[in-house]
Amino acid sequence: MNKIQVKDVLKRNIMTIALFAVYILFVVLAGVIRGTNMLDPSVVTSLIEQNAYVFILGTGMLMCMLTGGNIDLSVGSFVCFAGATVGLFSVENDLLNKWFGVWEKQMVDGQLQDVLVTPASPWSTPVVLLTALAIGLAYGALLGWLIAYVRIPPWIATLAGFLSFRGLGTQVLTTASTTNAISNLPSSLTGIFSGTLFPTGYMELNIFCLIVGIIVSAAIVLLNFRERSNKIKKGYQADTMLFVIIKSAIEVAVIMFFTIEFALNGGLPVVVVWIGAILIIYGIITEKTTIGRHFMTIGGNAESARLSGINNKLIMFVAYLNMAILTVIASLIVTSRTGAANSFAGQEYELDAIAACIVGGVSAYGGSGTIIGMVVGATLIGVINQGLSLVGVDQDWIKIVKGLVLLAAVVFEIMSKQGKKKDKEAKDKKAKVKKEQKIAVN
Amino acid sequence: MAKVLLEMRSITKTFPGVKALDNVNLKVEEGEIHALVGENGAGKSTLMNVLSGIYPIGTYEGDIIYNGEVCRFHNIKDSEKKGIVIIHQELALIPYMTIGENMFLGNEQGKKYNIDWNKTYAQADMYLEMVGLSDSSKTLIKDIGTGKQQLVEIAKALAKHAKLLILDEPTSSLNETDSRALLDLMKRLKKEGMTMIIISHKLNEVSYVADKITVIRDGSTIETLDAKTDDISESRIIKGMVGREITDRFPKRHDVPIGDVMMEVDNWTVFHPEFAERKVCDDVSINVRAGEVVGIYGLMGAGRTELAMSIFGRSYGIGISGDLKLRGKSVVLKSPKQAIEAGLAYVTEDRKGNGLVLSNSILRNTTLANLSGVSNGIFIDQDKEIEVAQEYVDKLKTKTPSVDQLVGNLSGGNQQKVLLAKWMFANPDVLILDEPTRGIDVGAKYEIYCIINDLAKAGKSVVMISSELPEVIGMSDRIYIMNQAKIVGEMKASEATQENIMEVIVKQGSETDAALVEDVEIKTDYKADAEAGEEVSAAEEGGEAAENTEEGSEV
Repeated sequence: MNKIQVKDVLKRNIMTIALFAVYILFVVLAGVIRGTNMLDPSVVTSLIEQNAYVFILGTGMLMCMLTGGNIDLSVGSFVCFAGATVGLFSVENDLLNKWFGVWEKQMVDGQLQDVLVTPASPWSTPVVLLTALAIGLAYGALLGWLIAYVRIPPWIATLAGFLSFRGLGTQVLTTASTTNAISNLPSSLTGIFSGTLFPTGYMELNIFCLIVGIIVSAAIVLLNFRERSNKIKKGYQADTMLFVIIKSAIEVAVIMFFTIEFALNGGLPVVVVWIGAILIIYGIITEKTTIGRHFMTIGGNAESARLSGINNKLIMFVAYLNMAILTVIASLIVTSRTGAANSFAGQEYELDAIAACIVGGVSAYGGSGTIIGMVVGATLIGVINQGLSLVGVDQDWIKIVKGLVLLAAVVFEIMSKQGKKKDKEAKDKKAKVKKEQKIAVN
Repeated sequence: MAKVLLEMRSITKTFPGVKALDNVNLKVEEGEIHALVGENGAGKSTLMNVLSGIYPIGTYEGDIIYNGEVCRFHNIKDSEKKGIVIIHQELALIPYMTIGENMFLGNEQGKKYNIDWNKTYAQADMYLEMVGLSDSSKTLIKDIGTGKQQLVEIAKALAKHAKLLILDEPTSSLNETDSRALLDLMKRLKKEGMTMIIISHKLNEVSYVADKITVIRDGSTIETLDAKTDDISESRIIKGMVGREITDRFPKRHDVPIGDVMMEVDNWTVFHPEFAERKVCDDVSINVRAGEVVGIYGLMGAGRTELAMSIFGRSYGIGISGDLKLRGKSVVLKSPKQAIEAGLAYVTEDRKGNGLVLSNSILRNTTLANLSGVSNGIFIDQDKEIEVAQEYVDKLKTKTPSVDQLVGNLSGGNQQKVLLAKWMFANPDVLILDEPTRGIDVGAKYEIYCIINDLAKAGKSVVMISSELPEVIGMSDRIYIMNQAKIVGEMKASEATQENIMEVIVKQGSETDAALVEDVEIKTDYKADAEAGEEVSAAEEGGEAAENTEEGSEV
């Protein structure tokens, strides 16, 4: 591997490097200024748990953005509404009683009034989950239809959702409860989306978590090496052994870092399983499947995609249907974590998801972007958030910094693209002069 | 001898690591039309950019002597002040502004804080009259055809008091009637004392209009031909451009057996998607046999692309009626997907607009129309994909360092090869090639012709749509002539000559609209509208293509 290749690899992974650098910076700063240990297992775990929704919504947003920089602004409001629905049906409350309770006319203080005789019983968890999924499917299908087939610009269609679902969710919650929130969600529900697997005490090494971490690490190393040997076998240009070893070592180090942190904090968080599963599935979809290729192609050139036999409308429809389903999952995770549905849940989540994509190098015009990039982007923003809070920076300033990071990421992306183009032009011109005699005219 | 208006003396322009212009000399006399020809990437546009100040003083070596004094241009404004105005290939007019507003954009009449609209429009009308355009200057740009837009560009230049007008590929998006009108306008302006430099790929136009022709090759001036004293035939100019004589521009096909009828289209009628009463194809019947190359000649706007796209899975037009038979069986193809599955391929004329995904690699573009060929339906076999892409790069001699190269970084000719590879990999029986050699240089054209011959040899049916007569005659077995949405003639290539093809069109034209060929002024708005939409995009495409190739991004 020569110098140029090293430079190239570094350049391609600039955001990941930035993430490492920023993380280390904050670990040092938090330690020096506040005496806070950012590497403490509980702090690291909460970094992931707090940002779980960004990874999941970011995945859905990535799929939308791939189709041509289209975004979904209704995500946050729909998180609120889906959460409110889940709360409504899974916990006894005024609205549920009003709809399903048994009422009788009775004399109270000399007046005839409706009195609740038998309160409505909350629905079982599987039914609630199916209801939530159905709501997601219904909204996603509606949105997808409006955008793909009625051809309403995505930001307008989803702006309508942004406004109405916030209102609808709040309305449900204020009617259901005097506190404007439904709390005490059943553990049969919250357990599916939060908590830890086989929990142990703080600072006891959780064996299950450790085993999972080791298995994942081993799998990654295996895949890396198998890919290389496959390439060599078929005679393609493969990365050098050294490169694969370094790459694997870094990946294993990151996984084991989190494994040990989780293991010390009581075990593997359930939400990590959800995140892992979704990221792997969508990673495969975007990188390895024909439908993933269709998403990218539409974003790259919609007309060209259409004339190549791709059903553009269907893909757009699927993008928004998918976004709504992932939003329901994110909503369940967020609601389960707090154990309550709030009217302010999900505020600005859509913006977090978009920011994660943009910082993660997803093209704002569509056509390119990776799951891993989005993850790096989401984590970077999460780290900045947590780091600045721990250092004691005011929330307003955190917002300013996040805005600047977003801007810097885009400026960097565009400048590096322009730079590449210029380099190329110069190189090509050279080649052009050389090929003087090669013009193939017999 | 007339006074020398402009002299560019030993201009050398270096981009990092490479000389784009090497000691270029250009001498333009007052009141002449000077043509600048050369292959894509030869340096014509770079030279004009130096002249007009886009590349400011200091970024190049050499002197520009204009009107007897050495000029030091820092930007376009400087050169415009001296009366040097460049009209770029891509029209820079704003569709939703009026002609008048466009004409005085950046040159507004009246006071800075109070534009004098009466004066603007009065002046605009005056300049419009000078270029022979009878439309009101309050017409929106989007409402006039590309041909008229080009005239507006010239009027705009006149409004800047141009003394030296540079036209970069002015006719690339015009049909022949409009082109001829433009060239005649140039001749008229010359008589009135205007000096012009024209850059063009269309050598017949160059021969028609130019007094002097300077040939540029690989960043150097090769020669300057004088129309009065030298031979300025097309073959003579090409010789200068490529450095050798081209004896055979079209490779021959030998012993290709012509088989059964592969595709037959009968009574095909298509209506315009926006102007539903307008027919873009009117009762068209064509057929093509296995191993046959059928040419469809027609001017832009004749309905050729509309015909091809409507056949290809109804991807254009509404109210399509008629019969489509493949291998003798009637089929109904409702989407491009069905068309591809039925064995059709449409290789678009607009490779950047709807052919390729420029931000994707050669690899991804090659397999796009036939992903099932490299997958099990769901998962893509990425190793096989590399093999396929590499196979076609080798087969079509696409010049690229690797199949991972982004298509946007390739030259026009190589992009065209990737586009062909994409459709060849889809393994169709019938390929409809729409202007397969548009905007690519002479060398690459020859290679594309060879590919077409190979396809015919392999038993494929090829329908080649083109507006270049020599190409149609040189490449086809049989030729259909299309004009105003109708097939107006059919002849064997062996019987076809440029003259008798044009005769067919003129004859048909005189039946329907006697004035069509004779006089553009009377050309109906109806037709101009029909072309406007498509041609604007074509113009943009052409512009980008030139930028791409001229900047020398060939790899």
